[in-house]
Amino acid sequence: MSQWEVVIGLETHVQLQTKSKIFSGASTAFGAEPNRQACAVDIALPGVLPVLNREAVVCAIKFGLAVDGDIASRSIFARKNYFYPDLPKGYQISQYEIPVVAGGGLDIKVSRGDTPTDKRVRLTRAHLEEDAGKSLHEDFHGKTGIDLNRAGTPLLEIVTEPDMGSSAEAVAYAKALHSLVTWIGICDGNMQEGSFRCDANVSVRRPGAPLGTRREIKNLNSFRFLQQAIDYEIGWQINEIEEGRKIHQATVLFDPDTGATRAMRSKEDAHDYRYFPDPDLLPLEITPAWIDEVKAGLPELPQAMQARFEAEYGLSAYDAAVITTQRAAGDFFQLAVSVAGAENAKLIANWMQGELSARLNREERDIADSPISAVQLAGMVRRIADGTLSSKLAKEVFDALWNLEAADADAVIEARGLKQMSDASAIEPIIDEVLAANPKSIEEFRAGKEKAFNALVGQVMKATKGKANPQQVNDLLRRKLAG
Amino acid sequence: MSLNPEEVRRIAQLARLELSPQETGRIGDQLNGILTFVEQLQAVDTAGVTPMAHAIDVVQRLRTDVATEPDRRDAFQAIAPETGGGLYLVPKVIE
Repeated sequence: MSQWEVVIGLETHVQLQTKSKIFSGASTAFGAEPNRQACAVDIALPGVLPVLNREAVVCAIKFGLAVDGDIASRSIFARKNYFYPDLPKGYQISQYEIPVVAGGGLDIKVSRGDTPTDKRVRLTRAHLEEDAGKSLHEDFHGKTGIDLNRAGTPLLEIVTEPDMGSSAEAVAYAKALHSLVTWIGICDGNMQEGSFRCDANVSVRRPGAPLGTRREIKNLNSFRFLQQAIDYEIGWQINEIEEGRKIHQATVLFDPDTGATRAMRSKEDAHDYRYFPDPDLLPLEITPAWIDEVKAGLPELPQAMQARFEAEYGLSAYDAAVITTQRAAGDFFQLAVSVAGAENAKLIANWMQGELSARLNREERDIADSPISAVQLAGMVRRIADGTLSSKLAKEVFDALWNLEAADADAVIEARGLKQMSDASAIEPIIDEVLAANPKSIEEFRAGKEKAFNALVGQVMKATKGKANPQQVNDLLRRKLAG
Repeated sequence: MSLNPEEVRRIAQLARLELSPQETGRIGDQLNGILTFVEQLQAVDTAGVTPMAHAIDVVQRLRTDVATEPDRRDAFQAIAPETGGGLYLVPKVIE
């Protein structure tokens, strides 16, 4: 089979978490009845004027700082002209020549063979714009219904360079971006509600050849669809070229039911948007002082936190990366470590990635609403570290805390008598009893069967209802059998 | 620079304006008059002048992020050609 190189660029529409719209004072709360949150500006009544929401600009500055982009001291709003019923003005207010953020980049992990390596996806720009309304095509007796609640919702459109070479890289970038915008608190990240939507520009070429003609897949609102749509599109384009046909630039839609992409019916002039500066809006000025003020309020960023967890707490790069994929997880870990002590950091990381993560996944819960708090987990880990709890007993404590049966690990230990037996004078008589009752096992052990030893350990653990310190039982038992 | 009738028709199409052949001629002449005026402006030497989006040197005023607009759907929909279920109804749009 001949070799093809895939080139992908993404444009992501991130809905900004503001209370009101970007150019009007209408609410942006999700789920209102149709058109209850569409004011005179949003529905474009004559004589209205847009007034820019300061918080939307703050979100853009935060993003620019987080991706190390250039924040424009002056940026311009432009009108993007097209006709569609859910865009009542006949133009969308966006930014064109001078966007609020230019450049910057995002690091992703990619697999080359077996070894994961870092790759930087460069960003072209990020610009502020308003969302359109929604068109509903069903059930209106042959009419289209228009809901303008979403019209005027602030968006940050984030555009990458064509730096991704596979659907897996595109998904890795989209996940990294999703994690970042939720981390810095500019987007709620809810993909079902459309708060984070991706368009993928896909083309293929022979290695070293000029860029192929691209097709743009619109409106992908899940990571799975993003992957499926790109994979389908790559296969389709390669097949077209190999069968001697040409790729024509087009906008395509992905149908999740069939797993296929198909070109939208569109007029050739659909992309002639005739951008021009919006005379209703003056240049947006962002002073260095304002940038500094926003910077001061920015949380520690995921990569910085990851590096710190490795350096301060000795976590492996892998553990630190997993724990900092979500800000809530990073904060959880930080709080737990501050309570349990840095020496228990690794143990906390293990419990977070083991039992806690498994339970959260099983119940489809987010760490932000984990029934076990960071402080509770820290308390439990301290009791493991000081020998009070074996890992088996700790699981029982974990269960009790998860089911909200007690306020902390010590209360569970107290109420259930779960304290690990680490007192040799208490364990020894039990070992003696077990040995007296199992002469056959002793013989087998002396004949060289290690299995028989394990059986004896098992008997002691059973006799202590699992509370004996297993390591201590091992040591004591060996000493007795040797003696 | 001047526009030919084909370009005038395309601009009209983009603006969703229907022009008769006579109108196309008349409007073409008017547009070309404007372009001639722009050509005169372009004769000015603007080397070293930063392009500006607005004629006045003022920056955008910003609004505090507070939801202030009341729900006025009923008043707005009273003047709409057709509504139903809270929606504005328009002729069927495909895609």
